[in-house]
Amino acid sequence: MDAFMQFIFSGLTVGAVYALVALGFTIIYNASDVVNFAQGEFVMLGGMITVFAFDAGLPLPLAAAIAIVITAGIGVALNKFAIEPARGAPVVTLIIITIGASILIRGASQVVFDKQLHRLPAFSGDDPIHVLGATLLPQSLWVIGGAIGIFIALWLFFTRTLLGKAVLATANNRLAAQLVGINTGFVMTLSFALSAAIGALAGVLVTPITLVSYDVGVGLALKGFAAAMLGGMGNPKGALAGGLLLGLFEALTAGYISSQYKEAVAFIVILAVLFVMPQGLFGAKKTERV
Amino acid sequence: MSANSKWVQLAVLAGIMLVLPVFFPSGYYYRVGALVYVNALSVIGLVILIGYAGQISLGHAGFAGIGAYACALAPVHLGIHPALAVLLGAVISGVLAILIGRPILRLKGYYLAVATLGFGILVSMVLSNERGLTGGPDGMAVPDLGLRQVLRGMGLKLSGGEFWYIANALVLLVAIWIALNLFHSATGRAMRALHGSETAARTVGIDVARYKLQAFVISAVYASVAGSLLALQNGFITPDVAGFMHSVEMVTMAVLGGVGSVLGATLGAAILTLLPQVLTVLADYEQLVLGLIMILVMIFLPLGLLPSIAARIRWRGV
Repeated sequence: MDAFMQFIFSGLTVGAVYALVALGFTIIYNASDVVNFAQGEFVMLGGMITVFAFDAGLPLPLAAAIAIVITAGIGVALNKFAIEPARGAPVVTLIIITIGASILIRGASQVVFDKQLHRLPAFSGDDPIHVLGATLLPQSLWVIGGAIGIFIALWLFFTRTLLGKAVLATANNRLAAQLVGINTGFVMTLSFALSAAIGALAGVLVTPITLVSYDVGVGLALKGFAAAMLGGMGNPKGALAGGLLLGLFEALTAGYISSQYKEAVAFIVILAVLFVMPQGLFGAKKTERV
Repeated sequence: MSANSKWVQLAVLAGIMLVLPVFFPSGYYYRVGALVYVNALSVIGLVILIGYAGQISLGHAGFAGIGAYACALAPVHLGIHPALAVLLGAVISGVLAILIGRPILRLKGYYLAVATLGFGILVSMVLSNERGLTGGPDGMAVPDLGLRQVLRGMGLKLSGGEFWYIANALVLLVAIWIALNLFHSATGRAMRALHGSETAARTVGIDVARYKLQAFVISAVYASVAGSLLALQNGFITPDVAGFMHSVEMVTMAVLGGVGSVLGATLGAAILTLLPQVLTVLADYEQLVLGLIMILVMIFLPLGLLPSIAARIRWRGV
């Protein structure tokens, strides 16, 4: 039982990170119909920039804020210079563009920063908390709490503010949104900034636990992608549920079956979901228009 | 494209393959050339899948991995000749492609991309985790094909680089010949029809699922043979051959050159194979430049290099 609780805690912690990456995917997918393979690089940038700013002597909260703002800027640039010019291109083209962007960002980070592993100190110490016979790192609470906080903030944004509703309207029907006077270009920019900022924040939160290096993005993007698919592409609730479920599956597999094949879980789950219910847990059924 | 132009394309390519070595300053370039041809082989497979049938795969390196490890494992464990191992790998890849293709190919766009991606990653994970069999991430040695010794016995002395340059060039020409024939056949037309519109293709009586699966299986076999040849010529193989980045590389080569055109895809394979050799001068900037090229080509030449250039020349000519 103790071991089980331990697996649950570690599963929820990584799951919260997957959920945030999946949420980032979802926001961009809804705004632009693009699956952004560079999503994991936002997490990497969040961690890396914070580490370097912190090591340069800035206080941690300021370093994190700088990282989030810079990453959001990079997200906006990605939209402006890579996605916007290719509007309406076929899926293969868009996939290659965002994979290209991911390689570009990774390559640039390896030049600007370095190829080493880096860590940040935990936000509130390393003394484990004992819960139900298992131990929980305070940083795990930061990660899980951060994810919950972001989801609540986003939910409020989308349901209670005019701007949030403009984003939803654009996601629903771009042309109709334009007709009622919504600046859809700005909504796209906002979506990329928001998505990048969420990724960066996830990177800041998780770096004290998992460390960060220039090449952590690919793995995270694939897991986040898997989580988004599991929950149903384009659905924020699905992203949250998919992320947490995926984290739990992984932790339980590592604990009870094989730690070597823990990484395989995400992809087995994905294949299973796609075979059985291709729209994911919460996705809406779509009919192809001719 | 007429049947005539098929032979023109093949002749042009064979001519280039024949003349190129004249410009090679050292034996090393035969190795690079052989690598270009082997990459082009798997990319031609993707031309059939992506360019003809309009389906995407981000997991074809998985099939390359199966082909490569068939050549590494079968001669040792089953005692068969490496040449037969190439065949065995191709058969395994083909059967696997049929099994996973049936459910996967019902998916479209991003869903298909992620399902194939998952398959590829699972293969590379098995290859790096089963250390006892595959030597894990450090890789393993691959037995020699032995054909070079036979040729030497017949009085034809070739260096390793020269041998593989010729062997891969011949295999590639055959592969392109098959691909071009397929393009003009009823099957090829059916594939291109479902690429245009699945619904329309179904309306005129094309069995959409069947032709998608055929394209998938053919491209899997191409990737598998390419993986086998790569393993045999290097004499060593690591699970990276099945990795996600290799899949991405393959798709990028295909799309960069022009995924609708066999010659374009060969050009794409050549450029992306040579690029790292050129970029070693820039070492740290290699990834940066590669990413930039991918984005710029896709934005400014969305059809790929060769078709875009051809279109421009034609436009000037009028």
